[in-house]
Amino acid sequence: MSLFDDISGVITGMWTTWKHIFRRPVTIQYPEEKRQPSPRYRARIILTRDPDGGERCVACYLCSAACPVDCISMQAGERDNGRRFAVWFRINFSRCIFCGLCAEACPTMAIQMTPDYEICQRDIMELLYEKEDLLVNHCGKEPEYNFYRHAGIGITQPRGEGDGERPPVDVRGLLP
Amino acid sequence: MTMVPLHILAALLKVSVILVAILTLAAYMVFAERRLLAWIQDRKGPNRVGPFGLLQPLADLIKLLAKEDFCPPAGDKWLFYLAPAMAAIPAIVTFALVPVGAPVDLFGTVVDLQIVDLNVGLLLFLALSSIAVYGVALGGWASNSKYALLGSIRGLAQLISYELSMGLSLVPVVMLARSVRLSEIVSAQAGVWFIVYQPLAFLIFLLSILAECKRIPFDLPEAEGELVAGFHTEYSGMRFGLFFVGEYINIIVLGGLASTFFLGGWHGPLLPPVVWFTLKTLSFAFLFIWLRGTLPRLRYDQLMHLGWKLLTPLALVNILVTAWWLYLKG
Amino acid sequence: MNLLPILFYLLAAVMVAATIFAITEKHPVHAIAYLVTSFFALAAIFYLLAAPLVAMFEVIIYAGAIMVLFMFVIMMLDPGHADEARRPGLLHWLPALFFAGIILAALVMGAALRQAVPVPISTGLGVKEFSLALFRRYGVAIEIISMQLLFAVVGALYLGKKRSPSRSEDS
Repeated sequence: MSLFDDISGVITGMWTTWKHIFRRPVTIQYPEEKRQPSPRYRARIILTRDPDGGERCVACYLCSAACPVDCISMQAGERDNGRRFAVWFRINFSRCIFCGLCAEACPTMAIQMTPDYEICQRDIMELLYEKEDLLVNHCGKEPEYNFYRHAGIGITQPRGEGDGERPPVDVRGLLP
Repeated sequence: MTMVPLHILAALLKVSVILVAILTLAAYMVFAERRLLAWIQDRKGPNRVGPFGLLQPLADLIKLLAKEDFCPPAGDKWLFYLAPAMAAIPAIVTFALVPVGAPVDLFGTVVDLQIVDLNVGLLLFLALSSIAVYGVALGGWASNSKYALLGSIRGLAQLISYELSMGLSLVPVVMLARSVRLSEIVSAQAGVWFIVYQPLAFLIFLLSILAECKRIPFDLPEAEGELVAGFHTEYSGMRFGLFFVGEYINIIVLGGLASTFFLGGWHGPLLPPVVWFTLKTLSFAFLFIWLRGTLPRLRYDQLMHLGWKLLTPLALVNILVTAWWLYLKG
Repeated sequence: MNLLPILFYLLAAVMVAATIFAITEKHPVHAIAYLVTSFFALAAIFYLLAAPLVAMFEVIIYAGAIMVLFMFVIMMLDPGHADEARRPGLLHWLPALFFAGIILAALVMGAALRQAVPVPISTGLGVKEFSLALFRRYGVAIEIISMQLLFAVVGALYLGKKRSPSRSEDS
């Protein structure tokens, strides 16, 4: 009988909500209690070092290219031994959406996500993290990995000195 | 000659006590509803302002008072400004009829715990509840907004329909009490509460007052999912607050009336009468909040179907059966 | 206590003013608002005249039901602003003037022929007396009127029924 079904439906629902009144709330009272996010939680971005203490970032711009909101910018430079590094490296956390695409794009495991989600400032300019703010003194999630041990052998010969190799063009100069 | 000022003084005292009590109760109803709904949904609810969040209504009041009082430029200024009062005042005035306790012997004079004991009390209640429609209708119309207009049209249709079944469900109560005076209806239930004789009428009345309060599952005039906020979409600040508080006052008043008509008013063993009345009224308020936490909103045609094709005919049949039974009893 | 006459004149003035506004107001919703005010004043006057039941019925039926239905129809149909409505011509005014003259004459006659009418002292028309008069003395009339209303309901149902036989009745 449909009327009976309707009434029993309402009563079943009310019994369910009645039970839930006495159930412990799942709420976490944020500033007092904080939840522990999982290690792979995607929040504040860091730049890690390799096990030898050198910077992992080789300023390849892949993270910047992968970033859907264009919040990563940097300037590449070259050390005396021919290895590339970032002269400055900047992440605008007021734009970052914590999608993790930069960390996936990074070939040297330099850029990584941490579970530290409490990034808020009263002044929006303080969300502009420079290289000094981003660089940490540990290896992050990949303690063993060193890019140059796999791929990079120390460059033995300066650029433009090989057989049949012309010296590199000075891109800042006015003449061709 | 000293009698008259004393009576006026007593009346003023009663009015002010009841007004303060009912406004405070309405403000805390909002708080209680938020907490209870939160518990039903496994949340905690507002608990930041004061101990256990008990000062939340005060914070809400300050927020509402500080907000801009805005009237849409294309709206109808006068009716727009008047409508919230038209919605809230009938609800508050209705409480003047409710006997909240047994008559008390105060300084040698017997004082009724009821502001006015009219010989047409029940009819005045029906009249006031039919007047409350105007706040909804004119408020929505004067906003000059499509959502508000749709909300107020729905409100009009719903309130007229359910007023009918509400009035008809009260006829058996009048037949049993042989009076429309509220104090006599209460004293007629000194032995047995009318809910025992009239469970069907009680159920119809309960559903009708749910619809009269515009509460879920009958909250079509202000359906958030469909009409933004229904008839009070364009209202802000304390005018919105008046609509809002008016709704909660309505819950308390109708709960009080339901306990007066069916649950024996202030009658009850052991506890003092005022406590009994408060308990009964608050249990209705709790039931309303509980229903809101449980049920989804009806569709418009389902609402009309329920009102006109189920509740009204049932109420009429109930009247007939009651009349027959009373005739046989002699 | 001289409060009663003051209240009466106050309410009467409100009623007359509201009714005049109701018929001169061009916007239908405003006219309804004025008319409801007028009904309220009328109900209060009935109450002062010791007829609380009539007062309540005035509010419940006229202000609470009929005017609400008017408003419902106006809001559903939106008749628009009547600013461009045609002004009534002299021919339209004539019947109004005629009846106004009759009312005025009756008023003058009443004032001229006024004598102290013994006011029936009553403690008010209670619900019981009202019901007894309604259903005992005028019972037949009530039944006839209710039959008439029933005919009206059946007629409305007949007119509103869908004619096409293909569509089945769905609730």
